[in-house]
Amino acid sequence: MALLSFVIDRSDQIWFASWQHLSLVVQSLTLAVALSLILAFLVYNSQKLSAVANGLSAVGLTIPSFALIGLLIAPLGFGVTPSMVVVTFFAVLPILRNAVVGLSGVDKAIVESARGIGIGRIRTMLTIELPLAWPVILTGVRISAQMTMGIAAVTAYVLGPGLGSFIFSGLSRLGGANSLEAVVVGVVGVILLAFILDLFLVGIGRLTISRGIRVSN
Amino acid sequence: MSATNTTQSNDQASRTILLDKVTKHYPGQLKPAVDGLMLEIPAGKIVMLVGPSGCGKTTTLKMINRLIEPTSGRIMLGDEDVTDLDGDKLRRRMGYVIQAGGLFPHMTVAANIAIVPKMLGWSKDAISKRIDELLDLVSLDPALYRDRYPKELSGGQQQRVGVARALAAEPPVLLMDEPFGAVDPITRQRLQDELIRIQEEVQKTIVFVTHDFDEAVKLGDLIVIFGEDGQIVQYDSPERILAQPANDFVADFIGAGAGLKQLTLARVRDVQLADPVTASPGEKGADVLARVQQTNHDYVVITDGRGRPISWLSRRQLSRLDTIDKSKNPDLPLVAEGSTLNDALDAMLASRLGAALVTNRSKALVGMITFDIVMKSINQLRADVQTADDESPVGTNTGSPEVSEVPND
Repeated sequence: MALLSFVIDRSDQIWFASWQHLSLVVQSLTLAVALSLILAFLVYNSQKLSAVANGLSAVGLTIPSFALIGLLIAPLGFGVTPSMVVVTFFAVLPILRNAVVGLSGVDKAIVESARGIGIGRIRTMLTIELPLAWPVILTGVRISAQMTMGIAAVTAYVLGPGLGSFIFSGLSRLGGANSLEAVVVGVVGVILLAFILDLFLVGIGRLTISRGIRVSN
Repeated sequence: MSATNTTQSNDQASRTILLDKVTKHYPGQLKPAVDGLMLEIPAGKIVMLVGPSGCGKTTTLKMINRLIEPTSGRIMLGDEDVTDLDGDKLRRRMGYVIQAGGLFPHMTVAANIAIVPKMLGWSKDAISKRIDELLDLVSLDPALYRDRYPKELSGGQQQRVGVARALAAEPPVLLMDEPFGAVDPITRQRLQDELIRIQEEVQKTIVFVTHDFDEAVKLGDLIVIFGEDGQIVQYDSPERILAQPANDFVADFIGAGAGLKQLTLARVRDVQLADPVTASPGEKGADVLARVQQTNHDYVVITDGRGRPISWLSRRQLSRLDTIDKSKNPDLPLVAEGSTLNDALDAMLASRLGAALVTNRSKALVGMITFDIVMKSINQLRADVQTADDESPVGTNTGSPEVSEVPND
């Protein structure tokens, strides 16, 4: 009952924070997709560089997000900027990995036949290799989306936008009035947002993956 | 038959390709993969490049459309020097077919075919018309196949679409890199026959890489045989290569049964067929028997109203029949006019009569082929090769086979 009244009393605040949270994740994710694709296209033709990229993304994922965001206070201060940087950094890792794997998995014979009928290098990347690797890349985007929803909550530590503020303020005065409610709202909100975003990404998959390469019809 | 389009140049006519002292030297390798190759590929002919793996045949093919840039030498397309032309632009003017067609799996059949015309700026209507035309050409119903994806096609159908895509912008040249390597033998044979038929219509200059000598004999107007070191060993017509292999390497490569292989070079329609006695259902057995005896034949072919053979009766069978019935014998040894003598011989061996019936496109009887006829044409073939003028085009390596060592880095 206390939870319900907490939610009703603060519905404006909760809506706003949720929206900010989603917006932070989606913007960072978009930026991350662009960055990952550029990086992946630069490295996927070389086995050495691909291995380096995969290694870095594996190591990158082991960095505690909380530590990284704390370290960024000195150069970037508080607020949206460090939040954006941290969320984008972590979003890049799974996407980059999947993009490298996806692009190197494209049948070399198909690429050669594209070049052989006179499709230019860049055009082959964009119209042949990218669409063929897209299902794998999109899976990376979905993993990133799930993961960064949680990381975005941590950015409340540097006063970033989103639902993290409910969790942090609740935890800091745990036992006090409405403290548990605040934490629950923050956590459940993040889970719901992650679910909604994932549904949205599945929808994007439906629209953007060619019927010719979809696994099931 | 040709697509009307404003952006098309008069490039469609087939053109001679000339490789002039072309060399490809991969960095870090001692010997060049292709060394001083001088090769003339006459307009409108199918030239087969054959040889063991690593002999430079694929490298040679890919240097024609500059997927592989030659280290030195010049490439001429007709009177035009294309050595320094933009590679992508050059490739749009040359059809390219690889194993399994190399279709783009995320695009429909129509989209696959449309790629090159689109890049060349054809109008939508012209492209759409061209797609239907090409699908018809490769014997796929446009209404059924236009909107399918490659994975919804069989291997043979994918290969056909691959050929259609290569022909889309009416290139003067078609390059094929072991296109039929990945399909089963029956489909391969069908695709080969199809290619022969298509070539009769389109008359392109075709360069075709294969490691299968039988395929080379079947499809080629001319065959280039590469040796293991990338040198051209022999460049000649299949007839002459079979009859007069240049050296032991070629003889080995041809393998056993060169004489039999010559049979695949002559077609049934090219030989003088025998005329069998024919009769129709409903005729009196005795009347027909009299006719057979009169003409000194042993058998009679019964044909239906449209001249299609339905059975083949001996004198003895005839003598037992009152009237000839309409019953159809499903095991008749039939061969088409377009079949090779090899196919005909095969049908004759399977038949207990030692002969086969020849039918035309509408399956009507046109004649009979016997062992004697086949023997006569083999002798004729041999005589032709001996007396033929030496008209084979240029094909040599000017580079020395012994190559000075290159420092390895």
